[in-house]
Amino acid sequence: MIGTLDPKIPPGPLDQKWRNHQDHSRLVNPNNRRKLEIIVVGSGLAGGSAAATLGELGYRVKCFCFQDSPRRAHSIAAQGGINAAKNYQNDGDSVYRLFYDTIKGGDFRSREANVYRLAEIANNIIDQCVAQGVPFAREYSGYLANRSFGGAQVSRTFYARGQTGQQLLLGCYQALCRQVASGTVGMFPYTEMLDLVIVNGQAKGIVTRNLRSGKMERHAADAVVLASGGYGNVFYLSTNARGSNVTATYRAYKRGALFANPSFTQIHPTCIPVSGDYQSKLTLMSESLRNDGRVWVPKRKEDRVKPPSEIPEGERDYYLERKYPSYGNLAPRDISSRAAKEVCDEGRGVGPGGRGVYLDFADSIKRLGVETIRERYGNLFEVYKKITGEDAYKMPMRIYPAVHYTMGGLWVDYDLMSNVPGLFVIGEANFSDHGANRLGASALMQGLVDGYFVLPNTLPNYLAGQMGKRPSPESAEFKQAEQSVRARLEKLLKVNGTRSADSFHRELGLLLWDKCGMSRNEQGLREALRKIPELRAEFWRDVRVPGDEEDYNQSLERAGRVADFLEFAELMCIDALERDESAGAHFREEHQTSDGEALRDDESNAAVFAWEFQGDGQPPKLYREQLHFETAHLAQRSYK
Amino acid sequence: MNFRLRIWRQRDAKFRGKLVKYEVREISPDTSFLEMLDILNENLLRAGEEPVAFDSDCREGICGTCSLTVNGEAHGPDHPGAVCELYMRKFRDGETITIEPFRVGSFPIVKDLVVDRSALDRIVQAGGFISARAGSAPEANSILIPKHDADLAMEAAACIGCGACAAACPNGSAMLFAAAKVSHLSSLPQGGPERERRVLKMVRAMDAEKFGNCTNTYECEAVCPAKISASFIAKLNREYASAQFRQRLGE
Repeated sequence: MIGTLDPKIPPGPLDQKWRNHQDHSRLVNPNNRRKLEIIVVGSGLAGGSAAATLGELGYRVKCFCFQDSPRRAHSIAAQGGINAAKNYQNDGDSVYRLFYDTIKGGDFRSREANVYRLAEIANNIIDQCVAQGVPFAREYSGYLANRSFGGAQVSRTFYARGQTGQQLLLGCYQALCRQVASGTVGMFPYTEMLDLVIVNGQAKGIVTRNLRSGKMERHAADAVVLASGGYGNVFYLSTNARGSNVTATYRAYKRGALFANPSFTQIHPTCIPVSGDYQSKLTLMSESLRNDGRVWVPKRKEDRVKPPSEIPEGERDYYLERKYPSYGNLAPRDISSRAAKEVCDEGRGVGPGGRGVYLDFADSIKRLGVETIRERYGNLFEVYKKITGEDAYKMPMRIYPAVHYTMGGLWVDYDLMSNVPGLFVIGEANFSDHGANRLGASALMQGLVDGYFVLPNTLPNYLAGQMGKRPSPESAEFKQAEQSVRARLEKLLKVNGTRSADSFHRELGLLLWDKCGMSRNEQGLREALRKIPELRAEFWRDVRVPGDEEDYNQSLERAGRVADFLEFAELMCIDALERDESAGAHFREEHQTSDGEALRDDESNAAVFAWEFQGDGQPPKLYREQLHFETAHLAQRSYK
Repeated sequence: MNFRLRIWRQRDAKFRGKLVKYEVREISPDTSFLEMLDILNENLLRAGEEPVAFDSDCREGICGTCSLTVNGEAHGPDHPGAVCELYMRKFRDGETITIEPFRVGSFPIVKDLVVDRSALDRIVQAGGFISARAGSAPEANSILIPKHDADLAMEAAACIGCGACAAACPNGSAMLFAAAKVSHLSSLPQGGPERERRVLKMVRAMDAEKFGNCTNTYECEAVCPAKISASFIAKLNREYASAQFRQRLGE
């Protein structure tokens, strides 16, 4: 039987829901705030901003990150920018338009009320970041500059060179440092959350392991906030940092939190192509490059080995401009990625292995001069040169899609609380705002909106009823959770097989990329669902984890994460199989229009699929949250 | 390509460390330096030995996690860039490569090539921020910032916090790190109100962490992956002198 879910969307017209909700939410008075403890797992844009803001409000916060400093969270690597509908360019932008672009970009698989709130608060985020000293790009007049980005026809993206994520995160980190110094936030670096503790049906703490000493700890709190990022590394090769993992959210899933739309994974169209099997990660070239770069491949297969300069204009296929004349090179990510795959499948891909397309700046350099291009993208061109040894000022870049972001995540209601009371999930770790595809420059927006403004206003709604209910970390539930974590680590160490955890991870990644990547079909998914349990069994038979538990043991860290990926991958494939339609980044080959675009089935699938863990080896239970579109009209997405 | 490696192994801060010899063979020139270490670790694991502990995360030069001294240079020979952006094509086939952690008194060794850089966090905690509560901010375009100032702030703000400056400095000084943050925030009008407190507190924190002093050797600038200019140190000194002077006048 399929369960249903209530997202608790406040009543009233779309543009007044958030205001109304705030007016009627419960509050916690300042004297009581310092009696309440909140755990925040993750210190990226969402977690860092939430921890800093909650600390400033007077709560006692504990913030955990696996990195050696909160400043190293993976938000730091975001390049392109952050959206907000300030309409500084007078080009017709508005909150409604940002809302609509986000809903449409997500292929009508996100919740209207959440997305509208996101678009509404985005403006405050720009104000907040400027006040913190984030050095956004400026015009000579001293006003803020904007650039355009994929999936929009207005210029609403604020940026700090190609390092916007870095600058926003440092703003957050500095705010966090201020709270650490003032004693409201306790920072726990190199500490990994390994289990969620539930007491009387409510999330009341976590079990952690200090990665450097190996020491396990139990932390009790009045509420737990997960801001642990996405699970793109399930594919092994992705643009995520090496350490990014699914463990925190997956452990919460195993404790009863619903995992929503796990198969919605974004493949970013502009990454440096894979060069060999020793590769540990893929590097993104910001999508902002598509503002001034033109994407093409040779028209004829035979030309793919020729140097690009020897292919005359008439022999080039600028396929995005040809297929999507009104958006051209700025077509959304899922569409651009599939288009690249398609031309490479036709045998027209360039570079080693034929998995690459050109991103050419020659026209822009001619039009704007090399200095302007250097100013806009200088650091990206340098990165490209370091990795490939090629000079993109002189010859086109080669790019290919790579896994980048995950729209899926733990299910949350309008308050960003999961189905487990007291467990809140923010940023990439939740599923809420991007539907089946995220637009460029919207991840930074969501992380900060959740952390600075939404969570601090919705958390009291729960906390107001929780005074004096914090359990002791000595209680049975905590001890039991610690026991099970210990048992699992010991089990990993005891296998003493022959293969590294990484080698299993790589194998899993290849399988998923092939069967549950840019396009999926029933047969492939069924095959993956057969092979993943085999690979998992092999892992538990043959993995080798040297060293011991009470020590700085990087192999053990990694093995634990890979073990979770090996379970989570199955959930992804189950979800991809269940969603019998194409939507955004989820492209089921069985469901496409005559010209190869994603074909949704709004009749039966305009819903969030959320999965509940039923025990190891048992199929998860499906819950559906029906999506209602009262303002945005369900339409076939067209970027032509 | 084949390489001979000499790698610093140390069980933890209490044990003495030493350089241990290893070899890696048939490495593609397109392999990154850290991927070469991954391959070594894979081999060690299969041979039943303990892999070498080293730090890395984003592997694209922005998170500042990786922190290796390669042949005596912080982040290795391919400046500007973090060691994760170093590729094996920069080395000669058959070369012997010596790999050590960042060597700074204020960065105690945790294990093998991993050091503890929490001292840098404590410098920022002392005052490396602008106090702006969420909710209080004025409309963003009400604060006009000349492009030149915004660009200068961005150049300083690009610091990735890796600590290579201190590792390269013969005095173990973190002046470039602190100067970058002070310059970033004092170049902007929003940073004005806390300008003096900030510089005084950050410099005091730096001293308390036992970082050395700057004697203008410019080694920091030479190894900085984010191309932070040593001229920011001059700005830090000016800010500090002026703040101290004003504080004395005020007393």
